[in-house]
Amino acid sequence: MGSELNFCIFISAVLFVAGVVCMATKRNAIGVLMGVELVLNAANLNFVAFANYTALGLDGQVIALFVIVLAAAEAAVALAIALNFYNNQLTIDVDRANDLQG
Amino acid sequence: MDPEIYKQTGDWLKCLLTIAWLLPLAGFVAEIFAGYWSTRLKKTAAYLAVGCIGTGFVCSLLASIIWLNATNWHPLKPHHAAHDEVAHGDGENAAGEHHESGHAEEKHAAADHDHPVATDEKDAEAEHDRPTAVSGTYYQIAHFGKLKLDIGYYIDSLTLVMFTMVTLIATCIHVFAIGYMSDELTEDYEDHFVHVGQGHLHRPGRFYRFFAFLSLFCFSMLGLVIAGNVFMVFVFWELVGICSYLLIGFYVERKSASTAANKAFIVNRVGDFGFLIGLMILWTSFGTFTFTQPDEALAKTDPGLFQMLRDDQGQITTQMAPDESKLVVLHGAGGEESTIPYYLMVAAGIGIFCGCVGKSAQFPLQTWLPDAMEGPTPVSALVHSATMVAAGVYLVGRFYPMFMPEVLLTIAYIGGITLFMAATIAIVATDIKRVLAYSTISQLGYMMLGLGVGGWAAGLLHLITHAFFKSLMFLCSGSVIHGCHHEQEMPKMGGLRKKMPITAYTMLIGVIAITGLAIPGVLAFSGYHSKDAILATSLAYARLNGSHPLLFFLPLAGAGITAFYMFRLWFYTFAGQPRDEHVHDHAHESPWVMTAPLLILSVFAAFVAVGGEEGPLWSMLVHSEPVGVANGTEAIPPGNINLPSHAHVGEVHAEAGRYALSIAVMGGVLAYLFYGIRVLNPSDVKRQLSGVHEFLVEKWRFDELYDVMFVRPVHIVSSWISAFDRVVIDGFLHGTAKVTMDVSEIDRRFDETVIDGIVNWVGQKTFAIGRSLSVVQTGQLRQYVVFIAGGLFGVLMLVYLLSF
Repeated sequence: MGSELNFCIFISAVLFVAGVVCMATKRNAIGVLMGVELVLNAANLNFVAFANYTALGLDGQVIALFVIVLAAAEAAVALAIALNFYNNQLTIDVDRANDLQG
Repeated sequence: MDPEIYKQTGDWLKCLLTIAWLLPLAGFVAEIFAGYWSTRLKKTAAYLAVGCIGTGFVCSLLASIIWLNATNWHPLKPHHAAHDEVAHGDGENAAGEHHESGHAEEKHAAADHDHPVATDEKDAEAEHDRPTAVSGTYYQIAHFGKLKLDIGYYIDSLTLVMFTMVTLIATCIHVFAIGYMSDELTEDYEDHFVHVGQGHLHRPGRFYRFFAFLSLFCFSMLGLVIAGNVFMVFVFWELVGICSYLLIGFYVERKSASTAANKAFIVNRVGDFGFLIGLMILWTSFGTFTFTQPDEALAKTDPGLFQMLRDDQGQITTQMAPDESKLVVLHGAGGEESTIPYYLMVAAGIGIFCGCVGKSAQFPLQTWLPDAMEGPTPVSALVHSATMVAAGVYLVGRFYPMFMPEVLLTIAYIGGITLFMAATIAIVATDIKRVLAYSTISQLGYMMLGLGVGGWAAGLLHLITHAFFKSLMFLCSGSVIHGCHHEQEMPKMGGLRKKMPITAYTMLIGVIAITGLAIPGVLAFSGYHSKDAILATSLAYARLNGSHPLLFFLPLAGAGITAFYMFRLWFYTFAGQPRDEHVHDHAHESPWVMTAPLLILSVFAAFVAVGGEEGPLWSMLVHSEPVGVANGTEAIPPGNINLPSHAHVGEVHAEAGRYALSIAVMGGVLAYLFYGIRVLNPSDVKRQLSGVHEFLVEKWRFDELYDVMFVRPVHIVSSWISAFDRVVIDGFLHGTAKVTMDVSEIDRRFDETVIDGIVNWVGQKTFAIGRSLSVVQTGQLRQYVVFIAGGLFGVLMLVYLLSF
């Protein structure tokens, strides 16, 4: 049992790191969004794994469901921002979105 | 008298006199706003004022008739019949007793029946039934322990006579003023006596304001007459003062007028200071301000001043204190007796008299009255005859029972000095109004002297008769001034008789009345009766008190001088050849609105005292004579002063009358020789007696005396005080101000450098840090992600490491 949980946590960690790296390296906004999805799913995986292998019960799965809903909402908003950004700049390169720099 | 009828009469009197008293106040309120609701060109305010005071006269007259009716017209019957009869039977003493009981109230009825009085039953009954006074309270203002401050009324025949006289004269003066003040009926009044820059002063006319002040004046005087207690007298006393201030200074823009108004007010204030001291003594010693309480039942519990001081016979009881000082016994409520020191009563009397000296312009406070001529002439007429200066004499008369013999002696001497001094000044005055002003002071001296020597009714009779002929003469002089276009100097007049006949001959009636010329037994004007009464009393007094002959010789000399200066005035103005063609050519008779009052007043000036001491006015006055005056008093220690009784006066009356008439004729003839036919040349006399003449022209140098005695010392002391102020007080203040300024300067430096420095440094540093931190805000999304991840990793590592 312990090894299965450890495995899940390991997968989650890999996913998380992959997501963060994706966010940090991609200049394409869509790519960054995909990184966010990876990070969120890493978290989901952890929730579900802990719910399954520990005494956390259904709470983990419920929170995972919330996160999925959240992710969907976030994706919708973020895509809308990306589209508007494109309309204004004719690009979705996030490095160009530096109007708010100090 | 039936108590029911007495009460009913009292209610009627109260009601009528209250209307007569308050109407001028209502008039004042309406008139003072006339400038807002009417134009300056309309006479509305004047008609309103005349209406108010005229209605007041009708009410006063009605009240007098009701009063006479209630007293069975007794005051109109001559006293002498009863008087002589008793005098023959029982001698003076019984005559006095009888007379006095007539003036006392019903309570003497029992006592009186013990005397064998030789009058018939019906007459005696009528005497006892006479009510002497009606009094009561309108409103109680305050109540301090024993002392009550009331708005009360006290109505006796003196009040009624004064009311009728004041309202009648005031009505005439108001009507006269409609004509006299018509110059003010304009939007643009040019005051020729005030120079501004190149021309004269222009201002809006103040017709309505003049009448408002006149109305207020009448209200104040009537309030003073109706007042039921000393407190109220004082209030209206001051109101009269302020009204005179307003009216004397009516032409405020003229420096002389405003100075005269100030002088009148300040000099009066000096007298009022004494009045206040007198009031305080009475308050602390008696605990009441009420004059007297006619209601017997109330008098037991709440006696007035006179009842506390004097017993039923009108005598003052005295006793010796263990330390040989004299005490006066007071009869308080419920027969309770207390004493006050004799000297305190004298001080109170002198104090009250000080107020009268100020108001009635007696020596040594007489200097304000001639200056008061700066007011318009109707004001002079009102101030001089019916209101302000009469108030002083009226108060002495009203307050008579409170005066100790020493105080009466003081009053007599002050009156004597005043009458002589003012008369001598009047001889040399050339301003027509100023002659009359000095004449007023002199006549007021007569009244005071008359009162002081025990001639209560004589003094007040002269007050009434003088009011009529002096108001007449002032209005005549007003008519002359109006006719001559505001020329007041007599040397520029002359020969005006043909130009203004009505003024000239009514003036002549006034002159004859004041000088006391008469054909005894055939025709005598009012002044003859009243002056004779005073001279007779003073002769009787001088006979009884051998050490005071001056009190007869001063008024006797005064009578001659009066005749001289009054005829001088008349001849100067109306007789002979015109002295100034310009003035004479432009002179004209005044319109009917001014001459009609002259005609009415001349009738009264001639006949108001008809019958003399057997006439209606005299008996009306005698009716309210204080108890104990009629029978005189004998040798009252410590001064051993005798006051003459009516019988004493009666004995010497004819003799005094002869003296007075002959000296008056002498004065008149002398004036005729000087100024009528001019066989004697006044300028010769003037040259020969230049020292005396100058002394008189300068009014006995009283103004200089006061200047040296009071004004200059005050100036010197004030210059010291002002120097002290400037050097010490100001120096100290400036020093502290300097120190304060220096301290604040240092404080400001500290504030600007240290405190502001710290605050600014903190601000600048905070800003710099913020500025430098803003570089972190790159806007690079990916960089942020790296930072977040790195940061998270760092935190986790920290937690991990710390958990060991």
